[in-house]
Amino acid sequence: MSSLPNSGLKAFVNARLMDPASDLDVAGGLIVKDGKISDVAPGLFADGAPKGAEVIDCEGHLLAPGLIDARAYLGEPGQEQKETMATASQAAAAGGITTIAAMASTDPCIDEVALVQYITRRARDTAIVNVVPTACVTRGRRGEEITEMGMLAEAGAVAFSDGHRAIGSPQVMRRALAYATGWDLLVIQHPEEPSMAASGAMNAGEMSTRLGIPGVPSIAEVMMVERDLRLVEMTGGRYHAACISTKASIDVIRQAKDKGLPVTCSAAAHHFALNELAVGEYRTFTKVSPPLRSEEDRLAVVAGLADGAIDCIVSDHSPHDQEAKRLPFAQAADGAIGLQTVLPLALELHHTKQVPLMRLLDALTRAPAKMLGLSSGRLAAGAPADLVLINLDMPWRITESMFLSRSKNSAFEDRPAQGRAIRTIVAGETVFDLSET
Amino acid sequence: MTKAAKPLDNPIPSSSQLAEGHLLGIEGLNPLEIGYLLDKAEGYVDHNRQVDKKLDILKGRTQINLFYENSTRTRASFELAGKRMGADVINMAVEGSSIKKGETLIDTAMTLNAMQPDILVVRHDQSGAVNLLAQKVDGAVINGGDGSHEHPTQALLDALTIRRRKGTLSGLTVAICGDIAHSRVARSNIHLLNIMGAQVRLIGPPTLVPKSFERMGLEVHHDMRKGLKDVDIVMMLRLQMERMQGSYVPSTNEYFHFWGLDYEKLSAAKPDAMIMHPGPMNRGVEIATDVADDIDRSAIREQVEMGVAVRMACLEVLCAQRQAS
Repeated sequence: MSSLPNSGLKAFVNARLMDPASDLDVAGGLIVKDGKISDVAPGLFADGAPKGAEVIDCEGHLLAPGLIDARAYLGEPGQEQKETMATASQAAAAGGITTIAAMASTDPCIDEVALVQYITRRARDTAIVNVVPTACVTRGRRGEEITEMGMLAEAGAVAFSDGHRAIGSPQVMRRALAYATGWDLLVIQHPEEPSMAASGAMNAGEMSTRLGIPGVPSIAEVMMVERDLRLVEMTGGRYHAACISTKASIDVIRQAKDKGLPVTCSAAAHHFALNELAVGEYRTFTKVSPPLRSEEDRLAVVAGLADGAIDCIVSDHSPHDQEAKRLPFAQAADGAIGLQTVLPLALELHHTKQVPLMRLLDALTRAPAKMLGLSSGRLAAGAPADLVLINLDMPWRITESMFLSRSKNSAFEDRPAQGRAIRTIVAGETVFDLSET
Repeated sequence: MTKAAKPLDNPIPSSSQLAEGHLLGIEGLNPLEIGYLLDKAEGYVDHNRQVDKKLDILKGRTQINLFYENSTRTRASFELAGKRMGADVINMAVEGSSIKKGETLIDTAMTLNAMQPDILVVRHDQSGAVNLLAQKVDGAVINGGDGSHEHPTQALLDALTIRRRKGTLSGLTVAICGDIAHSRVARSNIHLLNIMGAQVRLIGPPTLVPKSFERMGLEVHHDMRKGLKDVDIVMMLRLQMERMQGSYVPSTNEYFHFWGLDYEKLSAAKPDAMIMHPGPMNRGVEIATDVADDIDRSAIREQVEMGVAVRMACLEVLCAQRQAS
């Protein structure tokens, strides 16, 4: 990129601007100054960009706020052989994601102020997209004692979660939710009744019966969500059910929202893109937690996204090396990578006309930003210039060789896709450009 | 000397528990009763500073201090109060007593009652235990603290301390900070301050200051700086160690950071705001040492002094009430 006299200024011209936060979908332009959006308007630069600005011609493609992934495991500290912030952030950039909320279930887990500061420092030094730390709800993720949530939040934790481990004790969950109200903090639950889920490796049903694999009944999820909603009602704590996967739990969350409870939930891309049949011949890359569910449940996730019962789409990025996945199905680790596939999978729902494009982008930008209290996720003067340029229609195929993550355990290898991020911008700087790959 | 006890001042007419000859709690007392007790106590403050502190107002009366929970200052304070008033005082600690051998509360009460005590001072770890006991004995019962329910003499001594420093209780803004949920001191103080026309704010983590207190007409704050804004009195409460290890509060470190009283947080209060603590203090947990020891601001030792005077007044008024009825 050439350095021009007025090089702080960047003009994105000839774009289809799309911003769920302002319900904007219009042809126009956007100007970036000092890493922030300084102006965004329909018809902006119709008669030429400002002098000295670097001009980026969007060629009519969709320019949206950079995507925000509220749930991804980044490997550091402790599992650098599976993932690092550097590799994960490159994968994120290639997937159009400009902010990742790092899961706290590392080793050691993020349950002390010094560890939150470590995440922030490592991200600053090695990541090419924004990484915001989350912290554990309970010490050591043991589900027994709450962490120093107030000081962890002061240190920068944007939300609290024990990762893929449910907070099993209702009394501990009650205290955590109540304590969190002191600062209006967000408590994220992995919604799975732990004793019901303990021995299961996939959705309990006909498929698990055929394969002879112990199942996790789908009610394990709604039981936990219903329990938690009672606690939310009692404490007023802000609650998020991560990666919900069943029709029943989506229904009860929809009802809770109607009642005005401070509840949000998210869906992982694999829960609207796949069902339990994908397990096929014991494909461990499809072993995720919660497990891939029935087709009825998958359709309920799609419907929940469409009507907003499900607020956010997350990658639930869970990198695992071969040692963790080349095992008999029930012994293999849970999780699949997802940073580079969230956007194309979400766009499938647009192309099939199941979910409006504006709602999909909302679930990837405004909704997670609001939930995590971030200033990004919108196209507005003063907001960080975190942007993604999306070619909505480009046909391509997801292949192992394109994965930038250190681990390659994707459930979507060889899947044809339509549409992808062609340029990703963080604080005004391009961190990914498809034409240069 | 006649066998009949000396006539005592006839206390104010009352329709409450005081009329029945017990002091079980502050709840239900009226402003006149509280004012009367405080006026009586006021008279004993100077008396207690004399060399000869012995009076014979309760001569011949028997006072039993029955403590089911460990206590240093409250028990010593009641013992001194009784002795200075001229009563015969014995202390019964639960350690080494028949209670440890499995005797029920009511059986103990009946046994002691048979010895004809005039006054029973009772502390118990169960809320409501003192009320239960009061139904079974003939003498006057004073609640020396029951569970998380009430500790009326603590609230009265706090009120006396405030009144002597600030001249009045009415119109003051008082912040009570810490483990409100489990505190009998807080409950008694909330009642007393409400009755006497002071504004009460409660400050602490949501796990220890639940919103349900708002239904008692109180302001609840989780942000201490906001809660302390322009208050006249800061009452700190002791945080029990067992509540600090992740169940209600994650750590002493976090507790002190957000709810420990230090000069920085205190600066939100009025410049002449007075600091109180019922003791015993956890320095560095709920209160910084320099604040606790600030002789211009802290009334913590004065509270202990007022304790004896208040208890003398309570003993006197209850005995008078019983004699009158």
